[in-house]
Amino acid sequence: MTATFVGMPAFPVAARDALADTQLRHNLAQATHTIRDKRARVIDELPEWEELRQAGADLKDAALLRLDEHLVRLEESLTAAGAVVHWARDAAEACRIVADVATARGADEVVKVKSMVTQEIGLNEALAAEGISAWETDLAELIVQLGDDLPSHILVPAIHRNRAEIREIFRSRMGASGRSAPDDLTDDPGELANAARLHLREKFLRAKVGVSGANFAVAETGTLVVVESEGNGRMCLTLPEVLISVVGIEKVVPTFADLDVFLRLLPRSSTGERMNPYTSMWTGVTPGDGPQEVHVVLLDNGRTRALADRVGRQALRCIRCSACLNVCPVYERVGGHAYGSVYPGPIGAILNPLLRGVGHDSQVDSLPYASTLCGACYEVCPVKIDIPSVLVDLRTQVVDSRRGRLPGVEALTMRSAGWTFSDAGRLARAERVSGLAGRVWSRVGRTSLPGGRWALGMLPGPGAAWTSARDLPAPPRESFRAWWRRTRS
Amino acid sequence: MMGSMRVALMVTCVNDALFPGVGRAVVTVLERLGVEVEFPEAQTCCGQPMVNTGYLDEAVPAVRSFVAAFAGYDAVVAPSGSCAGSARHQHGMVAERARDARLHEAVTELGPKVHELSEFLVDVLGVTDVGASFPHRVTYHPTCHSLRLLGVGDRPRRLLEAVRGLELVDLPAAEECCGFGGTFAVKNPDLSVAMGADKARHVRETDAEVLVAGDSSCLMHVGGVLSRERSGVRVMHLAEVLASTSSTPVLPTGSTDEVDHP
Repeated sequence: MTATFVGMPAFPVAARDALADTQLRHNLAQATHTIRDKRARVIDELPEWEELRQAGADLKDAALLRLDEHLVRLEESLTAAGAVVHWARDAAEACRIVADVATARGADEVVKVKSMVTQEIGLNEALAAEGISAWETDLAELIVQLGDDLPSHILVPAIHRNRAEIREIFRSRMGASGRSAPDDLTDDPGELANAARLHLREKFLRAKVGVSGANFAVAETGTLVVVESEGNGRMCLTLPEVLISVVGIEKVVPTFADLDVFLRLLPRSSTGERMNPYTSMWTGVTPGDGPQEVHVVLLDNGRTRALADRVGRQALRCIRCSACLNVCPVYERVGGHAYGSVYPGPIGAILNPLLRGVGHDSQVDSLPYASTLCGACYEVCPVKIDIPSVLVDLRTQVVDSRRGRLPGVEALTMRSAGWTFSDAGRLARAERVSGLAGRVWSRVGRTSLPGGRWALGMLPGPGAAWTSARDLPAPPRESFRAWWRRTRS
Repeated sequence: MMGSMRVALMVTCVNDALFPGVGRAVVTVLERLGVEVEFPEAQTCCGQPMVNTGYLDEAVPAVRSFVAAFAGYDAVVAPSGSCAGSARHQHGMVAERARDARLHEAVTELGPKVHELSEFLVDVLGVTDVGASFPHRVTYHPTCHSLRLLGVGDRPRRLLEAVRGLELVDLPAAEECCGFGGTFAVKNPDLSVAMGADKARHVRETDAEVLVAGDSSCLMHVGGVLSRERSGVRVMHLAEVLASTSSTPVLPTGSTDEVDHP
């Protein structure tokens, strides 16, 4: 995979380009609405949904509050069960550990379960640099990998592709990394899936090393959990001799019983299913059954930074369901690539700045502004992450990181607004000026709104951001406060 | 009707400066229902434009002016879900930023007294029929902050359903954001317009003459798109529709703002 998110432009620029992609707009609108409706149907079935959400949020908060204790407990349980535990502060350390384990076994390839965290750390690219091929085995990840593309959704990474595009990718690219697609492949979904199945089967049976993430890590037992739909995960978790799992430290839950809540919240929120087809759980090494060498890499990579953020730490509750992406009116129109990260959508708009910090990368700093604060994400989040509030707090952090520098147009506007709004007399004077402008406009203007009011059709400078596609009502002659004073006091 | 309750109109800066007709309509409706509404002239802005763009320090003066204007009133009525939401949910944060315990105390006390117009009419006054008449085909867009931040639910709908002659048509994908989003509209203008265009398309699908909502800022955005498209669909604030009666009708063809007409 040579595609990369590194060097992506700030969100408004990337979004403008994405908006112009007609195929993308069509594919996304279709796909997000389908999943959105499916989710809504299965959630309506559960009268206890709100209690379940609250329970999920409470369990995660409690786990994060004593994260240090739970992680030590997890390490003890895993070690007792025969697993080797590694600690990684950042992406580079985690990639190094995985590469070293694979190299020690003489492996030149690994098979992968779909995993967000290994994409976050750029594992495939790091392994490639060591001469190790990392094969994605989830159908959509396979499409992305073969297409030399980037994932654009947490759950359905090829959501931006339609089946005609997928057929072309399979026909032209499959042969380069294994079994080719049949010559007479059509865009029938069943045929496409079958071509992927035959292609992947060879890789499953051949690979000596499997790589996964984990949806949950149970501290008391040392059990890791992977939730999936296609069975490719089960193959990767059971067939290879060596299994390496990279796990973000926020994935820990204290007890096995906690899974009860999350295994009900996750499938309904993500795929809109009552239950996901495959839930795989493993606890270290089981002699004579499955991988006989099990490694677990516990990864920080900015999570302790997020945990220290008073408002933002709730983002660490995230169970990567992607419900927030599917309901987001912004995501629906621009897709995932515009966010410049493997974590797109509303959760990406808060998670990336929280993990990486604000004030040193304009792309990251643009993400908290990639939202209208409509609140649809908060409404569907199964662990009740108040994304709009975190967005506003992160915007404050972005602005604060720039205080002391030469103010731009926006900062000057906000300062003068603050000054005007500090005193009603100042506001009244500003309104008199705008009323005068309105009177002038009513003499020279040529545009009127439906209903007859004069409108500003085209404004110069920063005003063009509004009027390039929207009319703007001309200011009225008399403000409300002037009317009140004239008629009432 | 209201006994000795002191009621203040929080007109909001957008209505004050750009849509004074909305403020006048609120006064008309409340006075028709026997409420003696006052307009505290010290009011300016709720501070939301600054808060939601990340400028907390710059929002402090606005919040101070809010407290100066409205402290002592029993109820504050705002024709905006967004500004009412700001007063109820964001002022505490601004006061914390200012490290001003007295300001924090004041906004904590004031917050619950701030009502969006439909909340005040239905919950405080207990009316859904405000005696309005508006014989036109109308569709209603529930703005995000009224819907999800305040939870006004079906109150605006119940008010509209009680208006004589009004034909209320369901808006497809009604609960989807219109794309205004405050400074989002100019920080991400292409996206904002893309969302507004879809909202305008849904509005046109209803064949309504008028799009009604409870927030002038969202209406300014969708109305701006509808106007640029020369769609012939007008936007009106809920208050303006409720102010219309059979003896003093508000016509969708006439401007409610006193500017010269073409």
